Amino acid sequence: MVFRVKQLVVYALSPLLLLFSVGQRAYAEDAHASGWSLLNMPQGVTGVSNDIYDLHMTVVWICVWISVVVYGVMFYSMFAHRKSKGYKAANFHESTTVELLWTILPVLILVWVAFPSTKSLIELYDTSEADIDIKVTGYQWKWQYEYLGEGVEFMSELTTSESSIYNETPKTEYYLSEVNEPLVLPVGKKVRFLLTAKDVIHSWWVPDLGVKRDAVPGFINETWAKIDEPGIYRGFCAELCGKGHAFMPVVINALPEAEYETWLADKKVAAAAEREMAKKTFTLEQLMAKGEAAYNRSCASCHMANGEGIPGAFPGLKGSAIALGPVAEHLDVVVNGVSGTAMQAFGGQLSEVDLAAIITYERNAWGNDVGDMVQPLDVLKFKQGQ
Amino acid sequence: MAHGPAKGIGRWLFATNHKDIGTMYLWFSFAMFILGGSFAMIIRAELFAPGMQLVKPEFFNQMTTMHGLVMVFGAIMPAFVGLANWMIPLQIGAPDMALPRMNNLSFWILPFGFSLLASTLFMEGGAPNFGWTFYAPLSTTYAPDTVNFFIFGIHIIGASSIMGAINIIATVLNLRAPGMTMMKLPLFVWTWLITAFLLVAVMPVLAGAVTMMLMDINFGTSFFDAAGGGDPVLFQHIFWFFGHPEVYIIILPAFGVVSAIIPTFSRKPLFGYSSMVYATSAIAFLSFIVWAHHMFTTGMPIAGELYFMYATMLIAVPTGVKVFNWITTMFKGSLSFETPMLFAIAFVILFTFGGFTGLMLAVAPADIQYHDSYFVVGHFHYVMVAGAVFSMTAAVYYWLPKWSGKMYDETMGKVQFWIAFIGFNIAFIPQHFLGLAGMPRRYADYALQFTDWNMVSSIGAFMYGAAQLMFLYNVIRTIVAGKPTSVEKTWEGAEGLEWTLPTPAPFHTFSTPPEVK
Ligand code: HEC
Ligand code: HEM
Ligand SMILES: [Cu+2]
Ligand SMILES: [Cu+2]
Repeated sequence: MVFRVKQLVVYALSPLLLLFSVGQRAYAEDAHASGWSLLNMPQGVTGVSNDIYDLHMTVVWICVWISVVVYGVMFYSMFAHRKSKGYKAANFHESTTVELLWTILPVLILVWVAFPSTKSLIELYDTSEADIDIKVTGYQWKWQYEYLGEGVEFMSELTTSESSIYNETPKTEYYLSEVNEPLVLPVGKKVRFLLTAKDVIHSWWVPDLGVKRDAVPGFINETWAKIDEPGIYRGFCAELCGKGHAFMPVVINALPEAEYETWLADKKVAAAAEREMAKKTFTLEQLMAKGEAAYNRSCASCHMANGEGIPGAFPGLKGSAIALGPVAEHLDVVVNGVSGTAMQAFGGQLSEVDLAAIITYERNAWGNDVGDMVQPLDVLKFKQGQ
Repeated sequence: MAHGPAKGIGRWLFATNHKDIGTMYLWFSFAMFILGGSFAMIIRAELFAPGMQLVKPEFFNQMTTMHGLVMVFGAIMPAFVGLANWMIPLQIGAPDMALPRMNNLSFWILPFGFSLLASTLFMEGGAPNFGWTFYAPLSTTYAPDTVNFFIFGIHIIGASSIMGAINIIATVLNLRAPGMTMMKLPLFVWTWLITAFLLVAVMPVLAGAVTMMLMDINFGTSFFDAAGGGDPVLFQHIFWFFGHPEVYIIILPAFGVVSAIIPTFSRKPLFGYSSMVYATSAIAFLSFIVWAHHMFTTGMPIAGELYFMYATMLIAVPTGVKVFNWITTMFKGSLSFETPMLFAIAFVILFTFGGFTGLMLAVAPADIQYHDSYFVVGHFHYVMVAGAVFSMTAAVYYWLPKWSGKMYDETMGKVQFWIAFIGFNIAFIPQHFLGLAGMPRRYADYALQFTDWNMVSSIGAFMYGAAQLMFLYNVIRTIVAGKPTSVEKTWEGAEGLEWTLPTPAPFHTFSTPPEVK
């Protein structure tokens, strides 16, 4: 009998113990090492994430102690006060003292928790005096990062291949948490994030930074982080945003300040070169090749790689009146989007070269054979002409 | 005038008898439970391993959405309305519900509402894919056209709930037997009375939310569209003003059930009847003023954030009072462990665990990490499945002999319990780990570090699913071939008017009101 009760108690408490027995463990890069050991919240690499972790552990332990008492009494009765053992029921009920006690005691515990929570929240909300401002824009299904005042901006998109998602090729180490270009940040600097979205609500979450904030279309939210250690930190979109919700990870590369400055300087040079490129003229082959790559990156998630779209949701471009019609209208749809639909304005997201290449590609791929070309300069003129 | 039920299909189509309507509600909700459960099985099968195996992400989103909608509005809510129909008149000594024809209507529009909703699965564009919380603008500007069917489905389901609630309020306030004062009402009646007021208060808010969506989608308004001066976050405020009370609508009747079963099998009265009534009222009141704890990451001003944090923490107090009461009721009782009691005890254990994670979620800075992760999925399945569904299962085993005049098979009941209990924990404990480790919810596919626990969770889910089929088998077997029983008081420790009636309960009961002392 005793043995049975012990078993019961252990069984009932094991989830709690498992959940909470995990000690402090920062995890940045080796998080994926073993799935079984992922039991607790990461401590993270910012002051805020550490505070959150401490708060989390405090509440966890409070819960553990309360559950020891509550489940303890319960399991004791289940063992000791059984009818099968001939135990006769007592008949007590209502006791004002007891009832006052179990009302007031929890209130006191809650007040005790409320103090550090309030403090952390105030800290978490203090976005003043930032060293760097970064605008984060959520799109279906990628993130755009803009270094405000530096003239540097880029799209950060998933690079995991469709074929590995559909199990045709092996999955790599950072399956679904790898991007073409991570957000690069300096350590030791207070970075303010200004979040918004262009279509639906997304949510930018990096557990190691203790940051999660919704990106709401038409509004700007603020939050911040000051990273203590260099490293690569991975996160995800946390708000359901359509079919690509699981496919728009966040990757941050935190560098020592000097390295960050070098990176930023290089990035500025590259941006200038990109603007230069827009003045060049390309051949049809060049445009088609560039266009296919860019189309698959930015458009295929909705219009599909074969240009046939998804009936009822996203129109096919193969044989579409717009893709086969006048260039100006085609440009208009792609550059300005179609308001009130999932078709975004790509004018601000893609370079002139990419836009020209994609449009050329759409007009000449999958059996569309308009035969004409759109050059980056055409796109530039179209934009300026508006 | 003693007459039995009408013959043939007419008995059900034109039913005004509370027992018949209750039975229909219960079967309907079980059908929905199986439907919503099969969606869950698809979800868990897809998540068994990383990579897309069975479905496409767009269909996966339809599954999570339909699973949530069908379980909340189709399985849990109608199940408790069915239980209310059966038990409230029996427990207060009334001959029937106060508004029998409206009772018929409120049931019969439900199948239409759910047909509208489910028919979208076969339409171009597919079923709703924006989550059971249907945040704008994903559910408006970016929704498939079938969203209009969803909107009208919700309207119909909401109207049904409101009618059901009005009927319960009218019955409890007007049809109590002489001597059945308010403070003598069984707790199941009390919790349902309070739930009914919650329903009447918040279902119209939900109707308002979907109507505003309808206007935004079809008539050019911009309630939730910033480009037209609206605000997507406004949608969330409206939704959760309905949504938080909704979660208590789901759990309060479950509290009532457990408060009936635990004293019976402890052979000892409930420890603090009046404090249970006050705690229920306190929970109901607080549930109106905590809604934005679902929105800690939306960028509310800090004052709002702090207020909603404190208010939410406060809800843990009356919830604790309930748990402490059940446990002190068991303490020094004379306990036996028949199937209803097993489910009731599991309810207390697991619901309490869900309460703990609720308390954790209430701590706003920590919720920044938990929010929209699998941790939240773990939390609400502990309170909704181990809470509402376990208590519902307990209720069926507890009252089935009274309803059918047949006894269920105790061994089979216990086997089902253990499969359900173990399967449930294997399915949902790992989801807490996954959430803490950083896996967001509503993900059709995941990074490799989440593989192991997802596999475990899926195995548990299949086990839990199998337990439900076994439950169905047990119930049907009892009705068809169970051992007949005519003992009035099925359980020696049971108290209450329903146990003074013959078994099975005749078609008409309490035609002359009983005297309550
Ligand atoms: C998030 C999904 C999505 C993405 C990504 C997307 N589109 Fe679209 N696109 C749409 C939708 C929806 C429409 C239909 C708009 C409407 O209702 O008029 C559309 C329409 C179009 C049309 C007009 C087709 C017609 O026949 O009406 C063109 C051309 C087009 N998109 C090009 C592109 C290009 C080029 C890209 C990539 C740079 C792209 N789209 C990326 C969703 C998308
Ligand atoms: C101690 C009592 C409880 C507290 C303090 C509490 C607190 C919370 C909080 C703060 C959240 C938001 C988490 C997030 O999204 O970040 C939440 C989510 C949720 N809770 Fe609770 N909760 C409690 C009990 C319950 C009960 C009794 C139910 C229902 C039976 C319930 C059902 C839910 C549901 C369904 C969600 C998720 C909704 C969604 O986003 O889809 N909770 N809870
Ligand atoms: Cu998302
Ligand atoms: Cu809530």
